[in-house]
Amino acid sequence: MAFEKDNIRNFCIIAHIDHGKSTLADRLLEKTDSVALRDMTDQLLDDMELEKERGITIKAHAVTLNYKAKDGGEYLLNLIDTPGHVDFNYEVSRSLAACEGAILIVDATQGVEAQTLANTYLALDHDLEIVPVINKIDLASADPDRVAKEVEDVIGLDCSEAPRVSAKTGENVEEVLEQIVKFIPAPKADDSLPCRALIFDSVYDSYKGVIVYVRVKEGKIKPGDTMRLMATGAEFNVVETGYMRAQFPEPRSELCAGEVGYITASIKTVGDARVGDTVTTVNNPASEPLPGYRKVNPMVFCGIYPADGADYENLRDALDKLQLNDASLSYEPETSGALGFGFRCGFLGLLHLEIIQERLEREYDLDLVTTIPSVVYKINLSDGSQIEIDNPTHYPDPANIVSCEEPFTDAHIYSPSEYVGTIMDLCQERRGVFKNMDYITPDRVDIHYELPLNEIIYDFFDSLKSRTRGYASFDYEITEYRASKLVKLDVMLNGDVIDALSFIIHSDKAYSKARKIAEKLKDNIPRQMFEIPIQIAIGGKIIARETVKAMRKDVLAKCYGGDITRKKKLLEKQKEGKKRMRHFGTVEVPQEAFMAVLKLDDDS
Amino acid sequence: MMTADKKPLGLYVHIPFCAGKCIYCDFYSFRPGEESKEKYIEKICGDIKKSPYVFDTVYIGGGTPSYIGASALAGIIDCARVTPGAEITVECNPSDTGRKDTPFDFAALRSAGVNRISMGLQSAVDSERKALGRRAGRDEVLRAIERAHSAGIDNISLDLMLGIPSQTPETLRESLEFCVSSGAKHISAYILKIEEGTFLSEHTERYDIPGDDDAADMYLQTSDYLTGAGFVHYEISNFALPGYESRHNLKYWQGKDYLGIGPAAHSMIDGKRFYYERSIEKYLDGCPAVYEGEGNTAEEYLMLSLRLSPGFSLAEYEKKSGIKPGGKFTEKCREFARAGLAEFDGDTLRLNPRGFLVSNSIISSLMNLL
Repeated sequence: MAFEKDNIRNFCIIAHIDHGKSTLADRLLEKTDSVALRDMTDQLLDDMELEKERGITIKAHAVTLNYKAKDGGEYLLNLIDTPGHVDFNYEVSRSLAACEGAILIVDATQGVEAQTLANTYLALDHDLEIVPVINKIDLASADPDRVAKEVEDVIGLDCSEAPRVSAKTGENVEEVLEQIVKFIPAPKADDSLPCRALIFDSVYDSYKGVIVYVRVKEGKIKPGDTMRLMATGAEFNVVETGYMRAQFPEPRSELCAGEVGYITASIKTVGDARVGDTVTTVNNPASEPLPGYRKVNPMVFCGIYPADGADYENLRDALDKLQLNDASLSYEPETSGALGFGFRCGFLGLLHLEIIQERLEREYDLDLVTTIPSVVYKINLSDGSQIEIDNPTHYPDPANIVSCEEPFTDAHIYSPSEYVGTIMDLCQERRGVFKNMDYITPDRVDIHYELPLNEIIYDFFDSLKSRTRGYASFDYEITEYRASKLVKLDVMLNGDVIDALSFIIHSDKAYSKARKIAEKLKDNIPRQMFEIPIQIAIGGKIIARETVKAMRKDVLAKCYGGDITRKKKLLEKQKEGKKRMRHFGTVEVPQEAFMAVLKLDDDS
Repeated sequence: MMTADKKPLGLYVHIPFCAGKCIYCDFYSFRPGEESKEKYIEKICGDIKKSPYVFDTVYIGGGTPSYIGASALAGIIDCARVTPGAEITVECNPSDTGRKDTPFDFAALRSAGVNRISMGLQSAVDSERKALGRRAGRDEVLRAIERAHSAGIDNISLDLMLGIPSQTPETLRESLEFCVSSGAKHISAYILKIEEGTFLSEHTERYDIPGDDDAADMYLQTSDYLTGAGFVHYEISNFALPGYESRHNLKYWQGKDYLGIGPAAHSMIDGKRFYYERSIEKYLDGCPAVYEGEGNTAEEYLMLSLRLSPGFSLAEYEKKSGIKPGGKFTEKCREFARAGLAEFDGDTLRLNPRGFLVSNSIISSLMNLL
């Protein structure tokens, strides 16, 4: 039985980080009796441990709620959660495309911030009706009047009716539900057309196979249909369709136009049901897919190695499992002279890399060493051929290189106009090419640059945020490869090249980067029994050097009253510590030193 | 049970009492009431009497043994069966033993067989001593040494601390000159270690503590000065005129047996290690010593022998473990020798003072190659 379309509301919640998105979502679940109070744990929607800790939503989820409004009508509310980081912008855009409206939460103690804007613009791009909500009115420092005015001035949204709520205490949350019903339009949907359903998320489940989350735009789909994924052409028999309730799936005999729900069809990997693809049915196929699909390719690569070589197989198993749920993660085996056996992994961006790394360490209890991230470079050789490399180790002999190309992005930075100077400085430092600048409002600008991707993957987002006190937001799209003067930097410790620390960089930046790397290594390699020269070279030419002085003192002077055990324990611990170090000839390098080089950014 | 046929061992007796706590000290000690002092002495005397062993070294340490007075100390020593010629040491604090108007009966100690006194000098510079929380001054130290000498105890060991607040190479030189001219036969020179939970560790900002490199230089200065004055640098932190090495402390480093009496005291009996917990109440209640594993193992040999001037012998290790260290091990030994930290003749690795300074690193890298 299809639900009355006029009574369906599909919406998402957008907010700056920490403005209370997950708390409000929980409260909506509670007010609609979707979750018994006793089953509430804080922030139900963010169910990965990592998401809770970082306070960000990594992957989208959806939930269907029933609400009896004050007008007496029974409504079906579909809340679609969205991730909040540029690495996942594509996923966000697909979630927004599944909605008719968005709740915009603004913190009454903070006001409009970077992601408030960026997400609002994204939502407006998708023609969503936006319902502003002022949150955290329970806090003493809340100033809802000021914040409401700011939303009106900066974003231009009418806040006269904006609910002022405390998601924490539940105060006024019902007003949010009322406004969803009142202001967000019902879907325009036609069951009689051929089926077109937008995939906005997919999750692997070991019992059911991939659970595909869809918004049915047109037509219907039901168990027994043969579904076709229009981008890949893959076909599957639909096993089950239904609504995602807060704590369990609710099977339905069909999903109709305007509805949000799930499909299972014994699909083995999420790679077969990619976000953004269109589901249709084979017996009444749609002629055109829904717009906006693109295959997301990994853009950032790095080597991931087990700290203990014996964990190689465990690392492989862990990557296998993570990939089941993450079509954008790629990996293949590689070996390093310095690090042994590991994997070359591809990611959407640096945050994606960090998340995968943390999940490997936390959920699979692996100790890892990660190499400096790299983008994919194209290198034209003197024999006329072109090679693509994502690993500096494979950088050819400079004598054989005619030219190099690197990926460029088209980047937009939205910011209050007072930060234009500092943002342009940052973009210039990152080899940006200025395109233009638009004033969206008198004090808000859209700065348009072309930036090399390899300048973005090193903490660009963090630098941008720190320079603009968090007010700027950033979006980019990879456009093309351009010729570039690239060189490979090699790091030598005690005269030996450490392959895992080599990386490719624009020649204009090689000297300053080399000096910083040398300093970082010096600060992070503990003093050892011998002096350790650190040298950074391009080809045979040393361009930076530092020295780790020899350690002078590491001794347990006194053993009290024949307490040998204390000394023994200390030495055992030290011995274990040494085992965890990477050994390069006589030099021991702790994992933190790799991390320090990895985290190297221009502001430090 | 008579044990005349048994090999004699060392006896360590812990006196956990002090008049006050020095800022760097994390040893088990406190200021006792009169009653608990007596109860405690009674208990250790009983435990020593009950032990079936004969001792060829006795060491009464603390805390502050001199705090309980000479006659009580003599009484404790009387409880132990000792071999003729046994080395009997008592740690003395100059504030108990060197004050002008308070006598201390070194003669009573001498009569009980005490032939060695270990005295906490720490520094000959009064301002440095005071900063550490030491109550007596340089004059008290000199007076205590004189009193011990006149009672017939000429084997005096002085404790010296390196890298203490405000110390400089010049003030250290003053302390070293004092040690040598005082007639001390033995000097223990410990680099200050800031132990967790001590007053010092919680208030480091109040003190001008020399850095690691400066402390290392002071250690080398000490070794140079004392060896120049005829002392043998026979253990990481210990120097002695020939023949005056501490026989008791050597037992710790040579993997020999010793019995420890008192809370927080450690023992090695028949190659097994035990300790009493850090609680006088538990000790008085008769809680038994806790077993903490095998001692005198091949690994301990590596760890302990490298503290001593004769060093570590591969042949000896093979004898103890049945395992011959491999080529990587000997290559590492050669590496240390090339780096100027040790001598290596193909069998024996002997650390020099520079090597002693980084002995934890040396030992732990070698442990990974066994």
